[in-house]
Amino acid sequence: MPTLSDIITTGRVIEAHRPYPRVVVSASLWQTLISRLSHGESTLLGLWGDADAVHMALLDEREGGVIVATALTGEGPIPSVSRVHPPALRLERTLRDLFGIELAELPDTRPWLDHGRWGLRNPLARYAEAAGEPTSYPFLGAEGEGLHQIPVGPVHAGIIEPGHFRFTANGETVVRLEERLGYTHKGVESLMAGASIEQAARLAGRTSGDSTVAYAFAFARAVEAALGIDVPLRALWLRALMAELERLANHFGDIGAICNDAAFALLHAHTSVLRERVLRAAAACFGHRLMMDCITPGGVAGDLTPEGAGQIRELADIAGKAFPALVELYDNTASLQDRTVGTGILNPTLARQYGCGGCVGRASGRNFDVRRNLAYAPYDSLRFEVPVRGEGDVNARVWIRIQEVQQSLALIEQILDAMPTDGTLRASVGATGKPAEGLALVEGFRGDILAWVRLGADGCVDRCHLRDPSWFQWPLLEAAIEGNIVADFPLCNKSFNCSYSGHDL
Amino acid sequence: MRKILFESLTKTPLTEPAPGEADAEISALAIQLDHAARARLGRSLSIREVDAGSCNGCELEIHALSNAFYDLERFGLRFVASPRHADVLLVTGPVTRNMSEALLRTYQAIPAPKWVVAVGACAYDGGLFAGGYACLGGVAAVVPVDLYIPGCPPTPTALLKGLLALMANGRARVPL
Repeated sequence: MPTLSDIITTGRVIEAHRPYPRVVVSASLWQTLISRLSHGESTLLGLWGDADAVHMALLDEREGGVIVATALTGEGPIPSVSRVHPPALRLERTLRDLFGIELAELPDTRPWLDHGRWGLRNPLARYAEAAGEPTSYPFLGAEGEGLHQIPVGPVHAGIIEPGHFRFTANGETVVRLEERLGYTHKGVESLMAGASIEQAARLAGRTSGDSTVAYAFAFARAVEAALGIDVPLRALWLRALMAELERLANHFGDIGAICNDAAFALLHAHTSVLRERVLRAAAACFGHRLMMDCITPGGVAGDLTPEGAGQIRELADIAGKAFPALVELYDNTASLQDRTVGTGILNPTLARQYGCGGCVGRASGRNFDVRRNLAYAPYDSLRFEVPVRGEGDVNARVWIRIQEVQQSLALIEQILDAMPTDGTLRASVGATGKPAEGLALVEGFRGDILAWVRLGADGCVDRCHLRDPSWFQWPLLEAAIEGNIVADFPLCNKSFNCSYSGHDL
Repeated sequence: MRKILFESLTKTPLTEPAPGEADAEISALAIQLDHAARARLGRSLSIREVDAGSCNGCELEIHALSNAFYDLERFGLRFVASPRHADVLLVTGPVTRNMSEALLRTYQAIPAPKWVVAVGACAYDGGLFAGGYACLGGVAAVVPVDLYIPGCPPTPTALLKGLLALMANGRARVPL
């Protein structure tokens, strides 16, 4: 089978794009790439709009190559990807909302992020238009005897983000779930256009607060790739330390929250304590509990003192001692297992087709982790395993998190042991006098985050796109819940734990 | 499970009493909050949280209020699922245009007397997201705000402090 780089032999290569190639392709080559996607020969990493183009990031999982293909709007309507490759659908609806780019044969032309309330249409297009009154949103149908609908949200019962779920159920059993998102759309991409790199980095760090480290990391790497900046070694290691602390805090929180949604509050109480300990250690070492703005383009904002390192070692020790008993409790509680085993099964074929990352993908057999598959420093010199399971149920997603906690604890010790001691923490980030483009992928706790940035000659951000892993997980939740009972939805939803804010941008 | 439960019986609680500056701050808050809460609403105050487009950072810290270290419920403060059961509306986020109607309807569903607490830099004036086409720039653009709790996101201690300030000085808004 030819690889991506064998196929993309024609087209105009954009020299300013680093580290992976970006190629402006013809309509026929675009079609070839789409058909490869539909045959599972490459994986969709992202699809985003520009003033007069559509960009598509593709991964060849066998050769580990990434390519960005660009189709220009001036040469007739761009063929829709989702017509043959459904994972692109919401991304295409979004770029239609934001840029007004019409795609040929788009299978679903309902708006996605645009709820008709912005007062304008196509806010990122060269010329945004004034919009009329909001219209009602037609949900997909479900026909059959005895079906009823249950609308849920956007305001949910718990302290969580807003989104709307429309269930069609037959008695207890869910026949169809349709999500409607976009409630937390803040216009991040529009605010980034024209912003300084520092300001854009702060925005990137607030795309999804639980992944602030991962987003700041991804954005920083994209900028550094574009400008060709070498980051000081110690800063790279500190970034990984923060990234693993973030993963640890979130996994502790999620493991407990999943059990809590199965009415087993005891585990939640104990993992919440561990999560709090991680956040306190982060605050003591880096000055912020969630480590917001601690990773900056060029390096990191502050150093780790020897006392700080001691606190993190102590944390790893406490967590390492307390965690096994909790795992045993999870594994030996029959009433809890009764809820999690066999619930919300995500078919591995779908996980592969959607290029679904993170715990969700790895619990359904997709053996992919950016830290290993597209390794970046310092993970290329660290030892860790990527847990993978095949069952795809809530239980498997809990177990992947449990194993990743163990891996992160081991990684934290490795990082503290091997971190270089030299003092430089930040390389200078300055304009190069010409446009530059960079792309980076970082493994957050939820999966692979893609950051793509185009910097202007003045060093300001011209266009930035951040793709949350949730884009390829949310649609699969709809599939995983089918045939389950309505009462198991919170459990399934929590085991996916997709981001609303990261998705809605 | 039995082992963990027995251990919990014999161990001292994690809920924080005294030492260290921050810890002392929390326990002082606990006492004051207790008096103020009783004076206003007997022994309890129910809070309904609404995310009006936050990045989820504020929600994480609001969640932390319920962990064993802060244990919000010991003050008689608790989170409720329905606005019909709430006394306080706790709002985060820059209020996206897509969430404004849901926020307003939640506010209207809360029976009077009620208070609104805006949590975080975004809820104050839109924060980093102010000025864009998608946000209204702060909670006050949609519902009357009684108290702001600053921070990005505010720490659980800051949240506790804020709720105390509300109890001490709050004047519930009576609908016209």
